[in-house]
Amino acid sequence: MSKVFVHALYDDDDKLKNGARKVRALGYGIKEVFSPFPVHGIDKIMGLNRTRISICCFIYGVTGFSLAFTMIWYMLIHDWPVDIGGKPNYTWYHNIPSWIPVLFESTVFCAAHGMAITFLLRSWLFPGVSPKNPDPRTTDDHFLMITTAYTEQEAADQVNAAKATGAVEVKQVASNDSHH
Amino acid sequence: MSQYTLSSKTRTATFVLMGIGILALAYGAINKDISGTRFWANILLEGLFFTFIALGASFFMSLQYVAQAGWSAVLKRIFEAVTTFLPFGLIAIFAVLISSVIGGHNDSADIVYKWMQKSATIPGSPNFDEMLVKKGLYLNIPFVLIRTIICAGLWVYMVRQIRKRSIEMDLTNDFLPMHYKNVKAAGWFIVFFGITEQLMAWDWVMAIDHDWHSTLFGWYLFDDMWLTGIICIILLTLHVRKKGLLKEVNENHMHNLGLWMFSLSVLWGYLWFFQFMFYWYTNIPDEVVYFQARIMHYRLPFWIMFCVNLLVPLLILMTRDTKRNSKYLTIIGCIILITHWIDAYIWVMPGTLGVSPAFGLYEIGLLLGFVGLFLFVVLTNLAKVPVSVKNHPYLEESLHHHL
Repeated sequence: MSKVFVHALYDDDDKLKNGARKVRALGYGIKEVFSPFPVHGIDKIMGLNRTRISICCFIYGVTGFSLAFTMIWYMLIHDWPVDIGGKPNYTWYHNIPSWIPVLFESTVFCAAHGMAITFLLRSWLFPGVSPKNPDPRTTDDHFLMITTAYTEQEAADQVNAAKATGAVEVKQVASNDSHH
Repeated sequence: MSQYTLSSKTRTATFVLMGIGILALAYGAINKDISGTRFWANILLEGLFFTFIALGASFFMSLQYVAQAGWSAVLKRIFEAVTTFLPFGLIAIFAVLISSVIGGHNDSADIVYKWMQKSATIPGSPNFDEMLVKKGLYLNIPFVLIRTIICAGLWVYMVRQIRKRSIEMDLTNDFLPMHYKNVKAAGWFIVFFGITEQLMAWDWVMAIDHDWHSTLFGWYLFDDMWLTGIICIILLTLHVRKKGLLKEVNENHMHNLGLWMFSLSVLWGYLWFFQFMFYWYTNIPDEVVYFQARIMHYRLPFWIMFCVNLLVPLLILMTRDTKRNSKYLTIIGCIILITHWIDAYIWVMPGTLGVSPAFGLYEIGLLLGFVGLFLFVVLTNLAKVPVSVKNHPYLEESLHHHL
């Protein structure tokens, strides 16, 4: 038998979590879960790795900080010392208080935008992308769990687990389905 | 068993601390160097610091009602216990105001609120201050006293009502109407407090340096109240959990409180820095006097306080794990409390003692005395009712809180 995907549709997030727990307890991995809102704790049940977006955030933040630092130094000190309100203008460190808002804003700007863009690219979400969501009901009030089965036995196991935990609809989808 | 009991050891410790405080007061009253401005300035400092903790907790407690917050339902009794110190701290502040009124009436310069000195508003006298005459419409003794009595009285009344109703909620099955009554009361308190807190910040703290004014100062103190209130809530929660009570509070709740501690510390740094930065930038003599006095004569505590208050929580509380670890929370909470006490010292002292900062046995003794009083009042009130909440519309949500 070729690989199939078992689609289990739930109408409650707690039932979904129980289903996910059961499937994991049987030793199967969960391919994907679709939900209309963030379900707390589902990442742990699915066994997902901790997100690395915070590391990205730090790197983008340092980039923004360095950018602003260099820009201020070059524009206002090195290339042409600018006299603003008689503040010390030949050294960087004497004027630190006035640089801090710029450094702060630039750090936050780069960290926030970098993180948002990384997230959208990583999840392949931008205008023009065809939706990966196999069932439109998961954008409303249903929850979909997708598991992978390689043998008849595995598929039967997963279907039973889904039914036992209160899935409202369970179906097997061939792996050459264009949605994946 | 969800009843907190004040162990005899803790009770004795608080009495010893209060005894030290009374000894310090007696020592301060007879010592010629201390009695006078330094005596009252320190009472004001402790009064402000501990009142602000109770006010911060009162505000946070009300906020949970108004925001319909679910996660904090199990912590309700802790918030309420911290608010009970409110009247005691307010009495200390009021005593200082009265002492300055009396001193000022006798034209003594040895008072905390120098603007109350009689001759300061009499043209031709050596310490005449034109600014005070211009500010007289707002900053005059009867108006300040009336404002203080009304605001403080209503704060105490409103917070007590909310706490009383909240305790009654556990005794009846028909608790929902009472909860919504509290939501309403908390809303009124937040609106009233938001306005009057600004007035009191000006009257009690900003008026010490009466020639100086800042529109940001009220917000800056507000953040200080909120932050120190949160830290006391964290420390008290950890203490109660250590006694084996409040088992339903887990690291997820601590994480939320830790988040507050982190974000409010950063907000504090933001407000502090922007007040400083604007004054540094514009360099207007009227305004820089405030920072000049502090940077010249209180240089070390001033910079240590700022760096520690901003950097320690920013760097250490940034990660998820430290906010869920009671040891980290305790250590950082204590550090921030101490440095915020130094911050309070820097609000009060340069305007009262001027160029000669004083820190000695009297200051330490009085601080310990107030710590003892605060712990005694808060823990006694905590022990009066079960620490675990029985009836709350969001109790289920709070028990399953997950971050």
